[in-house]
Amino acid sequence: MAMMNDSRPHYPDYSTAGAVQHSFNPYADNGGSVVAIAGDDFAVIGADTRLSTGFAIYTRNQKKLFKLTDKTILGCAGCWCDTLTLTRILNARMQMYEQEHNKTMSTTACSQMLSTMLYYKRFFPYYISNVLVGLDTEGKGCVYSYDPIGHCERSTYRAGGSAGALLQPLLDNQVGFKNMQGDAFEKVTKERAIAILKDVFISAAERDIYTGDSIVINLITKDGITEETFPLRKD
Amino acid sequence: MSSALCPEIPTPGFSFENCKRNATLAAKGFPTPKATKTGTTIVGIIYKDGVILGADTRATEDTTVSDKNCQKIHYLAPNMYCCGAGTAADTEMTTQMISSQLELHRLYTGRVVPVCTANQMLKQYLFRYQGHIGAALVLGGVDSSGPHLFSIYPHGSTDKLPYTTMGSGSLAAMAVFESRWVPNMDEEAGKKLVRDAIAAGIFNDLGSGSNVDLCVIRKDKVDYLRTYDEANKKGIRQASYKYPKGTTAIFPNKTQEYKIEVTEETVTPYTMDTSS
Repeated sequence: MAMMNDSRPHYPDYSTAGAVQHSFNPYADNGGSVVAIAGDDFAVIGADTRLSTGFAIYTRNQKKLFKLTDKTILGCAGCWCDTLTLTRILNARMQMYEQEHNKTMSTTACSQMLSTMLYYKRFFPYYISNVLVGLDTEGKGCVYSYDPIGHCERSTYRAGGSAGALLQPLLDNQVGFKNMQGDAFEKVTKERAIAILKDVFISAAERDIYTGDSIVINLITKDGITEETFPLRKD
Repeated sequence: MSSALCPEIPTPGFSFENCKRNATLAAKGFPTPKATKTGTTIVGIIYKDGVILGADTRATEDTTVSDKNCQKIHYLAPNMYCCGAGTAADTEMTTQMISSQLELHRLYTGRVVPVCTANQMLKQYLFRYQGHIGAALVLGGVDSSGPHLFSIYPHGSTDKLPYTTMGSGSLAAMAVFESRWVPNMDEEAGKKLVRDAIAAGIFNDLGSGSNVDLCVIRKDKVDYLRTYDEANKKGIRQASYKYPKGTTAIFPNKTQEYKIEVTEETVTPYTMDTSS
């Protein structure tokens, strides 16, 4: 009898289960919305104070605005642990800049640095909707908005976070005066900007389950930063 | 073949004719649209003289609120109501259909239908569809043997309980019941307890919100208290949003004149012959 000398492995006729792939999701969506409006000599930014996950609320009182300089504020919404890490590193970088150059960073420089910091994590990004506001070197208000991997755009108004898509068209109309005819539109004033900001958050709290509880509003002018809070519905 | 004289009678039950097509579409990257879910808080308790049901009024589609003031306490029979959580269409249709069957049953037997009958009909119907009908219900009512309260799960299992909660806010609401429910409560205390349980769901569960609806069922009288408590007031508008006249762009006006010739004619009324 001839010996079977087949070195090929033997596979059964039926299919076998392949390797089981396990996955781990390092990201969390903690919700929250940020809205910013800039004018000729001011910039105003507001963020709600609800921190949540799924159908549960972690806290009703979480500030999401971070003061970078006396003229620059960053608003963050999305994955809260990424926000904590990003702002921690950001603060360190701000301090390093100050000590190396013996001056505080300009708003435009902050905006550029944030962009590179986000792109540095291109393939494991920070899951944050960032909106940066401040006064530029000429004292003009400016708003910078980012995608999670560092694309940066300068504009005069922006809505970001869980209700961003809900609010941006409203700002387009009320601040950008889009889709309107006539020439009776004057640029929004500080007071009007804050009123619009409160109103858009009232509307967002009506329809977005991740926006509510209250808002913190920061107003930046040449005289400095003022802060106020405004209550929203809590359901 | 159907015709005007002999129309095709629709087959009873659900139509599954699009299942295969939809599966193909889903496989090609066109997912089936999401149904409206009522991420909900619904509760019920038994008190001294009957049953109190409660519900919030928020309906959601994913993370957006689709209805700020919807009704979740459904009518089943004069002595029975039913709170629904889960897929909005399923709770609505299931309670409507069972309600119609209960009325036929009442007409046939000539007496008040017992609550356990409705429970049995609902659980058998839901079990038949193996959980695909996503209805989680709290059934409450009063019959000849007294007050009854059931919770019915989408797969067809049921519980008979003195107090119960369902939906995404059920844990928040149950926490209130576990600490404060006692047998033989009076009506005012019962209503306050149910309101507080629903409020716990409204404030602590993101799937629940807006107002509190109550339904008090006694032996001889039912009080359906729609918007018993407005738990949340809408914020007050800060600015005015009136648009000046002429803001909306319109197509240019064009007037076309039509020449109309007018001819006048006098018509004398004609009397019909109705003698025969």
